[in-house]
Parts: sequence; C-alpha cells; structure tokens
Amino acid sequence: MFRFIAARLLQTIPVLFVVATLAFFMVRLMPGGPFDAERSVPPEVERELAAYYGLDKPLARQYLDYLGQLIRGDLGPSFKYANRSVNEMIASTFPVSLQLGGLALGLALLFGITAGVLAALRPNSAMDYVASGISMTGICLPTFVLGPLLILVFALNLRWFNASGWFDASDRVLPALTLGIVYAAYVARLTRGGMLEILSQDFIRTARAKGASEARIIFRHALRGGLLPVISFLGPAAAGIITGSFVIETIFQIPGLGRHFVTSAFNRDFTMVTGIVVFYAVLIVFFNLLVDIVQVWLNPKLKF
Amino acid sequence: MTQAPPVTESDTSLAMAEPGSSLWHDAWLRLRKNKLAVFGGVTLILVTLFCVAGPWLSPYTYEQQDFAQYAQPPSAKHWFGTDKLGRDQLTRIMYGGRISLGVGICATLVSLTIGVMYGALAGFLGGKTDAAMMRIVDILYALPFTVFVILLMVAFGRNIVLLFVAIGAVEWLTMSRIVRGQVQSLRKQEFIEAALALGLSRRRIILRHMIPNVLGPVAVYTTLTIPAVMLLEAFLSFLGLGVQPPMSSWGTMIKDGAELMEEFPWLLMIPAAFFSLTLFSLNFLGDGLRDALDVRTSKD
Amino acid sequence: MKSLCLLMCLCALGLASGCGKRETRVEVANRQQILLYGNKAEPQDLDPHVVQGVGEHQIISTLLEGLVAEDPKTLDPVPGIAERWEISPDGRVYTFHIRANAKWSNGDPVTAHDFAKSYRRILTPSLGSLYSYMLHPLKNAKAFNEGKITDPTQLGVRAIDDHTLELTLECPTPYLLHSMASHYTWWAVHLPTIEKHGDPYKPGSRWTRPENYVGNGPFILTEWVPNSVIRVRKNTNYWDAANVRLNGVDFLPIESIDSEERSFRAGQLHRTEELPNAKIDAYRKDNPQFLRIDDYLGNYFYRVNVGHPALKDKRVRHALSQAIDRQAIVETVTRGGQRPAFAFTPPDTEGYTSRAQLKFDIEGAKKLLAEAGYPEGKGLPPIEIHYNTSENHRAIAEAIQQMWKRNLGVDATLRNEEWKVYLDTQSATNYMVSRAGWIGDYPDPNTFLETFLSYSGNNRTGWANPEFDRLLQAAGCATNQAERYELLQKAEAILLDELPLIPIYFYTRVYLLHPSVQNWHPTYLDHHPFKHVYLEAAAK
Repeated sequence: MFRFIAARLLQTIPVLFVVATLAFFMVRLMPGGPFDAERSVPPEVERELAAYYGLDKPLARQYLDYLGQLIRGDLGPSFKYANRSVNEMIASTFPVSLQLGGLALGLALLFGITAGVLAALRPNSAMDYVASGISMTGICLPTFVLGPLLILVFALNLRWFNASGWFDASDRVLPALTLGIVYAAYVARLTRGGMLEILSQDFIRTARAKGASEARIIFRHALRGGLLPVISFLGPAAAGIITGSFVIETIFQIPGLGRHFVTSAFNRDFTMVTGIVVFYAVLIVFFNLLVDIVQVWLNPKLKF
Repeated sequence: MTQAPPVTESDTSLAMAEPGSSLWHDAWLRLRKNKLAVFGGVTLILVTLFCVAGPWLSPYTYEQQDFAQYAQPPSAKHWFGTDKLGRDQLTRIMYGGRISLGVGICATLVSLTIGVMYGALAGFLGGKTDAAMMRIVDILYALPFTVFVILLMVAFGRNIVLLFVAIGAVEWLTMSRIVRGQVQSLRKQEFIEAALALGLSRRRIILRHMIPNVLGPVAVYTTLTIPAVMLLEAFLSFLGLGVQPPMSSWGTMIKDGAELMEEFPWLLMIPAAFFSLTLFSLNFLGDGLRDALDVRTSKD
Repeated sequence: MKSLCLLMCLCALGLASGCGKRETRVEVANRQQILLYGNKAEPQDLDPHVVQGVGEHQIISTLLEGLVAEDPKTLDPVPGIAERWEISPDGRVYTFHIRANAKWSNGDPVTAHDFAKSYRRILTPSLGSLYSYMLHPLKNAKAFNEGKITDPTQLGVRAIDDHTLELTLECPTPYLLHSMASHYTWWAVHLPTIEKHGDPYKPGSRWTRPENYVGNGPFILTEWVPNSVIRVRKNTNYWDAANVRLNGVDFLPIESIDSEERSFRAGQLHRTEELPNAKIDAYRKDNPQFLRIDDYLGNYFYRVNVGHPALKDKRVRHALSQAIDRQAIVETVTRGGQRPAFAFTPPDTEGYTSRAQLKFDIEGAKKLLAEAGYPEGKGLPPIEIHYNTSENHRAIAEAIQQMWKRNLGVDATLRNEEWKVYLDTQSATNYMVSRAGWIGDYPDPNTFLETFLSYSGNNRTGWANPEFDRLLQAAGCATNQAERYELLQKAEAILLDELPLIPIYFYTRVYLLHPSVQNWHPTYLDHHPFKHVYLEAAAK
C-alpha cells in the first residue's frame, strides 16, 4: 500500500506539470488581455503594466519563470486584484469553500445513501417511488433555482436566516442545504443503481437463503459493492464540492474559492487562473487516490 | 414474473450481442408490463412530438414580439403566457425543447460512448496503462472549462458541433471513472477470470462481458448526465456558444426564469415543468430498461 | 458525521433565533450610524491612482478627499482640503490654499507637497495608471505621462509652500474644478506610507491594506474581507470630523443584482447598487418609498462599423437609427425611467443640450434605405448586432432586431460574447453594429464627444473626421464657455450627421434606498458624499 501511495504521489508531479503548462498557455491564447477595459488603455500604459507583470518577455521565458516560481510554491501576484497574491487569495477563500463543501458533502452522503438504500431494498415499491421521486426532484432543481427558492422561503418569508453573506454561523445553513440537496440527489440515484446491481447477485441470494438478517446483508455485504459507483463519483465530486460552487457563492454572496474559477478566467487574471487550476489539480489527484484506496478496502479481491 | 429460462452470466452477455434472440423479446415483454416505464416512454414521445410538430400548429413564432403583451400570465390567447418582450411562451418552449432534447441526448451519447469505452479499457487493462489513462482524466478535470470553451470558439468559430465537443469533453470524465471502478471489481470475479483462462480476446471480454455488466450504474449516471448537459448548455450560451437569441432553450429559459420567479412565476414554472417531466420520464424509462434487460433481477 | 452534527446545531440555532422578530441588520446599523451599502463589485484595489471602476469611487471617496469637494446636492465644487482658491484671468493658473488643520489619518499634516508628489506619481509611466489622462489638462502632463519628458519639474504642478499649490494648465479647462472634485485621480495619497510598502511608482503595493492605509478623508479603512465586506469608520483626524454624522460605512460587494435585492428586502442593506428591471414595476406599485430613479450621466448606444461595406453609406446608418422606437424600448424593455437618446451628449449637461437631434421616422427611414440602394432592405446583408452577454443587452438587441425587421425589412442576427472577447472584437472593429455605453467622467459635453476623436482609443468605429477633430481641439482651448459650447455644438452636429453611432437611451440609476438614509440627493454621477449622509431610524 505504501508503494502504491508513493507511486501515485510520484505520478502527481507530471500531472501538475502538464496541468500548469496547459493552463499557462491556454489563458494566454484567449482573446483579450488582463488590462483591457471599457475605457481604452493607452498603449504606453499597457506597456508599463505588461513590463511590471513580466508579460513583455518572450513567452518561453515567462513560462520558465513561472515554473521556477511554481516549484517554490509561489503562484504570483493577481493581475486583477492589485494588492493581493494568488497564494493569499487561495489561502483566504479555500477555508470558506471547504467549510461549506464539507457540510454539504456530509448532508449529501447521509441523505443520499439513506434514500438510495431504502429505494433499492424494495424496488418499485411505494418507498422506492417516494425516495426516488424526491431525489429526482433534487436533480430537476438546478442550484440557481433552488438557492433563490430557499432564500425566499426561509430568509424572506420566515425570516430565519439572512438572505446573503457569510458572517454568522446561521449563514452556513441555506447554502449548505442548497449544495447538499443537489449532490444528495446524485448520491441517492447512484446508490440505488449500485445496490440493485449487488442485491441481485448470487452471493446476496445465498446470504438471504442462509437466513442472514436484512441489516446484516445490507451493511456487511451489499453496501460494500453497492457504493462503488458512488465512491467513483465522489472522487472528482468531492474535489469540486469543497473548492466551492460559482453559482452558490454568487447567490449567497460567499467569499469562497468557487467563484474565482469562473471570474478569474473572465478577468484574464492569468496567474490566478493558473494558480487555481494547479491547486485544484492537487485536490483532484488527492481525492482520486483516496477513492482508489477506498475501492480496494471495499473489495478485498482487489490489490494495490 | 415470467418464467425466464435459467441463464448463466456468460449466456446473458452472449445473448446481448445477438439481437433478435428471445432475450430481447423477453425484455420487451417485461418492459411493457412496467407501467412507469411505459408512461415514461409515451411521455417522451409526446414531448418530442410536441416540440417537433407543435410549431407548425402555433399561430406565433418564437421571435414575434408584442410589447403590449409584456409578461402576461397564461390566458386563452397565450396558453403559457408571454415573456418580457411579449413573445408567446408556448411556442418558445416548443423550439427550446428541440434544442434541449437534441443537445441533451446527443451530447450525452457522445460522453457515454467515450466514457464507457475509456473507463472499461482502463479498468480492464489495469496497471501502468490504467494509471496513465486515469492521470489524463485527472488533468482534464483540472483544466479550466471556461477557458477551454472560449478557446474552442476562437479556433473554430461558433459552430453547433463545438457545443457537443465542449460538453462531451467534460461530461465523459466522471462516467469513465465510474465504469473503471465497476470493471476493476468485475475483473476479479470468477466468470471473467474463467473467460480469460479460456483465452477469449480482450476485446471480446470487454464488449461482451464487462460492459453489459456495468450497464446498471451507467444507465443511472446517464440519466444524471442529461439534466447536467441541458443546464451546461445554458452556461455555454452565456459564453456565446450554443443557442443564439432570439431562440432559446429550456436551460436558458429556466435560467432567465429563475430571476423572475416572484414577478412572473410562469416563466420559470412552465419550462421547469417540461424539463422535469422529460427527466422523470427518462428515468422511468431508464429504470424500466435496466430492469428489463437485467436477467438476474427478473428471476426474483 | 461531525459536519452533520454541526449542521443540526446550526439549524437549531437558526430556529431559535427565528422565534420572535429579529432586529434586522439595518435596524441595528441605524442605531450605530453605520451605513450598509451594496457596492456590487469587489474593488480591484483602493489606490486612487491604480483603479478604474465606478464602484471603487464610492469606497475611496470615504477614505480620501481632494483639494475640492462635491456639494451633496449639485456636485458643484466646494472647498475640500483647500479652503479657497484663485484662478488667473486667462484661466490657466489655479492657486489652491490648503487648510492648516487638514491632517492625514496618522496625524501628519496634509501639505501642498503631498498633492504635488501625488500628481507626479499618477503621471509617472511606470505606475501604469489607467486613468492618468484625467490629469492631462496640466501643463506637460501628457508628455510626461507618455515618457516624452522625464523631468518632473516641467509639470504644471508646483508647491509654493506647505499650504499653497499652483497648477498651470495647457489650456483653460472650464470643467477642471468639477473634475477635481469628482474624480479620485485628483486626490492625494500619503507618499511616505506608500514608500514604506515598496516602490511608490509601481502598481501592486500593499499600502492599501487596512493595517497600512493612511488617508485624509472622513473615514478610515478598518477591515477588508475580499468578496465579503469593506468597513470604514470615522476618522477623528479629519479636519471636518465634527460635521461627519455617520460612524462608518460597510460596503458589501454583492455581485448578483438579484441577491442584492433580496438582501435589501431581508433588511441587510440601506442601499443597493441596482435593481433588476423586472422588479421595478412591483416596487413602484407596492413599495415606492424604497425606489430611487436618478438621471445618470451616460449614454447607451450602438457603435456602427463605418468601414463595413453594408454600413459605409451614412443613409443606411440613418435608416437603421430612424427605425428604432426608443420610446418603446425604455418603456417596455428597460422600464427604469430612461430617456430616449436622440443625441450623444445627455441633455442639459452643465447647460449644454445638443441642437442637432435624431428622430424616429419609419417612413423617412424606408426612403433613406431605398435611396441607398436597398429598397425594403433588399440586397442588404443581415446586420449582426454584437453585445456582451447580459440579459438587458440581449433584450434590447432582440427588440431592435424586430424593429429593423418590421419597420425596414432588414434582417439582423445577434452575437453575444463574454466581456473580454467582446472588448477585443470591438477594438479590432471586427463587428457590424456593437453595443456600447459611455458614462461621463465629469459633467461636461467634452467627456462624451472626445471619445469620437479620430485618434481616441474609445472611438472603435473606424470613423474619422478632420473637421470634428479640429472643432474639438479648438474647443479645448477656447477662452469662454459660450464660444466653447458653440464649437462643441458644431462637432456634435457633424457626429450626428455622419452617425458612426446610434444613441438609444440616456442612463438612469435605478436602485433601492432605505428611508432611514438622510441627506441623500439624486445626482447625475451617482455620487453621494458620505460625510453629509446620516441615518434616522424614526423615518418610516
């Protein structure tokens, strides 16, 4: 297992290198530069700014400089937010997204797996229809509908929560619910599918025939295989969920990392885009590694 | 349930590759008995007909504006009300459905094909190949989607094909990871080991034994991909790719409607209802198909 | 599991606090005299010499004050850091007398040298200031800014002593004082502080962090959480602190206008930056006490690429313009009390209203189009309307598309692009008709007309007219206002005759304001000098 993890960590290096390289060149190929604005920028001003941020050097040179910085863990200054570095911005926004994402993920797993298992136990029963119906509704409600809806009900009508902001503890509830419900719906559907697959397999039938209790069947045997699709889905999904969501952070005005994924590209904030992408890649690799470990753990036949 | 002849695992998969066999016939019979699946199928056909044929019957076009009819609720004249430019929402939903259904189904098929093939291959081959293939997936996950789409448009102009490329490029990733996970665990099962020992070709094993056995999770994830794709299309039209105004899709209508839910609820609720109806139907049909094709379930 | 427990606790907490009517943030803030201000965008920075946005203005105006300040009602120049000033008879030399009690927030006195150094800083090329051209009326400023001269002593800025600053101009510039009062580029920064945090002549300095910021305005920066809140609190060192009634302002950068409106309704804001246009009617009907619609010094227009073969003929451009029912657009689409625009400069801009006016005349438009060789629109290729993605721009483009089709038989297609791509397309003049907006920097027709100079980077239509350029240059150095306006009238007449742009409407600012906010006046720049504002909870 240690060899496996060590090998994967080694593989991370080329992944990060490729990701950083692609992102570096992709942002620079986009039309429009970081300093373009509605009011035209005089060419001499643009030249000075380019010189300050090193954009006047040959591209190859910029790239090498950037890699050098990256190795030292320095993601550079933000082009858009003049007095901040990308490291600082990630450091200040990621904890917020992590907190929100962690809550939402907890919710999603709890409700999603419960609903999925309940539905799969008696396929095509009333319980299945209720559980599946609820989770399908969750899928049909995009976050940009669900979020405002929850705000209207709980913030504006019932006045239990604030309509936006990230100040009080209670400000966490509505965004975590919004994000959690969507993922819960996904988890529920995938759990149901995976469980149905497993519950129909011979070894479960054998166990049933032997008179094992339903609870024992579910927890000892079925969940292990039945959760496999959910686990596979969760690798990238968890990385996505804890780095925040553009839509939710915009609707609830949350100072998280998620909105920078989209806005930094819109701002042509080169260093910010590349920095976020590299950071995200680290998380993706990490979570997919975690998933692979869990998979082996769930299925003793697999080896590292 | 019907008395299906006892079949072994490998028989099932062999049979699947031979259309016209009694298995398909049985599956069809089982499907027809599943009321929800039938409901789903019929609804889908009706919705498709409504979107394809409806516009010919409508007295309005999707772009025809009437400022005097600013955001009117449903009435005899405009069954689904009008939008903020006084356009008939019924007609716009028909046109929007063409786009959303088309994009939803085509882009999903693209991502389904790539994802299943790629995931099955990686999971089956394992070892270094698997590691390399999955690291490529990791890289693609991490790349900034917005930047990717803008670059695509710069390079190829605004082309409807690009829409599928852009959506396909992101949506297959999770699919491939799910398939890979399933295949990896299947690979250790006796019947696959047996097939390997018998010296069947890898291609044959993947196509005939692996893929049919991962269809369950694939079917589920596919039904999850379709709504994601339809909504992604709305984001892409924000970037200028995809549906061009004055045409709209269900995704863009829901997105616009979400901001008007208090003032003009019908502008959100009606497109959302169509969107949901379609998704529910797809899921019922998908579940039904899955059950019908899964011989093991039918034996219970 | 842990996160779940936490969430449940939070739910319980939420429920508990729901019992009994909670005091809203606004009510609390009213007691504390803290204005809760929706600012829409996260500021790029708070360095007045680096930033470019309108949102930044509101925040910086609490932290810094110029020589001249704005009257809260009319925005006319009133004494600020300078207690008085003299203007030489030829209008080229301004002498400002700085008040003796003006202090920086760290206690240092504000001197004429601070202003002289600040002006030199913003004009220094290496700072890369995007707005430095605001100071170009100063003698040699443009040349210095472009690096053509490097000796700062040649600039028309001189500190005669600690309390006297002399500005020498290239030409008499009648709007100078307005510009100095309204625009942050003219305000001073505290150079010693900036020097402490790096090279003052380079961007990216950290002196604008709350722990470092030194200003001379009515408030000081106390907290800045990006994308969450910027708090400013009363500056006791401010020369007029006794007359500042607010204890502070919390700026909330709420990007989504829908979220902002909901936050207002939830009692979290005194003022929103905008109001979604679908909500205007409802507020007008049910809650008019919150709704504010102020005229705004800006023009929403379409640029026309005069180099495009189909649009080369000015008769085609006039036909397109005359076929647009602007009244219908402002009444049905924008709904925010905007005024239809038949000229480029907004009416009554400091006493100037364009004599030349466009019209809405479908028959005339048809005739013009036929004369140009496209009867009933036949032979004219589809006109592509280019705009940056936004619901409002799209709706206007869709409406105009229909008007052209219906009134002229001209087909149009729409092309939306993401902001920076859109800017790129526009500066490359790679479009047929492109949506644009222009907000005046200072109240004078010049801020509008100069954008269409042949060499202006803001022209972007390929249109160049030597006579127009000459008239504008002549106006720049005209000695009296009447003569100057006359020259500008002629220039605008040329512009509206050649029509490289199709004006559509004059902007308004539509926003929500809580009735507890006092001494808040509608102004055409949306400036509301915060030192005069106060809160009175009793007002309902």
